[in-house]
Amino acid sequence: MTLQAEAITVRRGERALVAGVSLHVEPGEMLAVIGANGAGKSTLLHALVGDLPPSAGRVSFDGRSLATYDRLERARRIAFLAQASPLAFPFTVRDVIALGRSPHATGRIRDAEIVDAVATTTDIAHLLDRTYTRLSGGEKQRVQLARVLAQVWRAEDAGDRLLLLDEPVASLDIGHQSLIMRGLRRVAATGVAIVFVAHDVSLAAAHADGMLALADGGPVASGPPSQVVTEATLERVFDADTHVIAHPVTGTPVVLHD
Amino acid sequence: MRPAALIGLLMVLTVLAFLAELVFGAVRLPVGGVFAALSHVGTAADQTALIVNQIRLPRAILTALVGAILAISGAAMQGLFRNPLADPSLIGVTAGASAGASLAIVFGGALAGLAGLSAIALAAFAGGAAAVLLVYTLATRASGTSVATMLLAGIAISALAGSLTSLLEFYASNDMLRRISLWQMGGLEGANWPRVALMGGIAVVVLAGLPRLATALNALLLGESEARHLGFAVDRTKTVLITLVALGVGVSVALAGAIAFVGLVVPHIVRLAIGPDHRALLPASALAGAVLLLAADTVARVAVAPTELPVGLLTALLGAPFFIVLLRGTRDYAL
Repeated sequence: MTLQAEAITVRRGERALVAGVSLHVEPGEMLAVIGANGAGKSTLLHALVGDLPPSAGRVSFDGRSLATYDRLERARRIAFLAQASPLAFPFTVRDVIALGRSPHATGRIRDAEIVDAVATTTDIAHLLDRTYTRLSGGEKQRVQLARVLAQVWRAEDAGDRLLLLDEPVASLDIGHQSLIMRGLRRVAATGVAIVFVAHDVSLAAAHADGMLALADGGPVASGPPSQVVTEATLERVFDADTHVIAHPVTGTPVVLHD
Repeated sequence: MRPAALIGLLMVLTVLAFLAELVFGAVRLPVGGVFAALSHVGTAADQTALIVNQIRLPRAILTALVGAILAISGAAMQGLFRNPLADPSLIGVTAGASAGASLAIVFGGALAGLAGLSAIALAAFAGGAAAVLLVYTLATRASGTSVATMLLAGIAISALAGSLTSLLEFYASNDMLRRISLWQMGGLEGANWPRVALMGGIAVVVLAGLPRLATALNALLLGESEARHLGFAVDRTKTVLITLVALGVGVSVALAGAIAFVGLVVPHIVRLAIGPDHRALLPASALAGAVLLLAADTVARVAVAPTELPVGLLTALLGAPFFIVLLRGTRDYAL
């Protein structure tokens, strides 16, 4: 029932982009991956989803190696959001989100309901009939997020599911960042294991169950946010002087830097 | 416009353009006579029936099929390459066919044709097929076919084939030169029943096959890895699509020469009306391509009767102003 990676290593030529990373995410859990630019966060996600076969270690979901899933079954259970999509044709927002339903055969009416539901979760219900190519960067990002949410929206389609998100809130304003993170929490509660890459360490710490810090492709720290978000770890990961304080209301770690 | 409405409208226009192709020409035929000839093809013996059955009907069918194949192939290529400037010639098929035809014109004077096809048509098909095969092989590695490499390989192979054609033109006699240049402008005057049968067989495969890839093409517009994560067999889709386009356009070019504009602009005209969803775009483009080429060919035969203009001149001459008007009148193409 879980996403499990055991000591995976991904090489390009001589260089190890990801080196010996293990992780474990249960449905309902959210794991945040943090690290500096080029630390191997995106490569790790690509390895988890099967785009880049690891040169060592193995990835399994629900007790089975990813390689044993057939195309459609994988698409019904695992969705992946890349940092940017090259979509440059004037689809309507509704059409883009509906593409997320293409691995399913749930029928037009059910799919339309799901499109409406994910549009509400990502606050784009008012954009459904607009042309995708005319939206702002943050709006496009919410549309693409809605598309992958539509893909793994219902437990009755596929049971436990996996959602991998590469910087899902990177170009959003703070209001939408919080909205999306709370939405992801509700999605996780329906039986979805979520792994997301985040640059905003405080935001990730506030919403994730677990965190994994990478530096040069290797794991530096992993565990609950309170254990990972420390001044010592952040120094090693980002090579930056930081102060970590407790959030005055929730108590989660908040990172200050100058 | 609703997609179904546009497809309905285009069906009506296709029928009208098809009838116009039969009625108008060097000799204007009575509409009643044309219908009479159509209702018993092969038996009637008066002059109208002869013209319709032996000359205009095969030509109209060939024209409609070539127009449909060029336009639907253009729409599919623009989707595959995620590039609104793509057209069927991008994978080298047109330049390769042109080189093949030039070779046959310059060196193949003594070569006989085969089954109603001239040596030039056969050489054009061979040239087009060879070029596509080369482009596809260059862009394919163990990890799959790279669309970006295919684009660049297509440009390189087209340039090579183009310089071969130029070299042949340099050594060609004046008469050969004229034939090469006329072939490149395209024309449907070679239409006969064996050619219609060949094109018809290919058209069934292409026109039935490409629309089956419509949802995969929609997903491919999101990006290749996005389409893969949505469960589409991306590499198989690419191979099938390239094969169908090469087959359809290769045979079209062999039978009708290089007809410009249809494959590039017809899909844009349709997209302006109904948007980029390939499920409607592909069939609508096929119909619109048939209408445009039928109209262009009718004008080509009537404008300077009893001789003919090359139809390739007229597709752009008729289509470009229409496209410009549409483009100016559309605020929200967003491409």
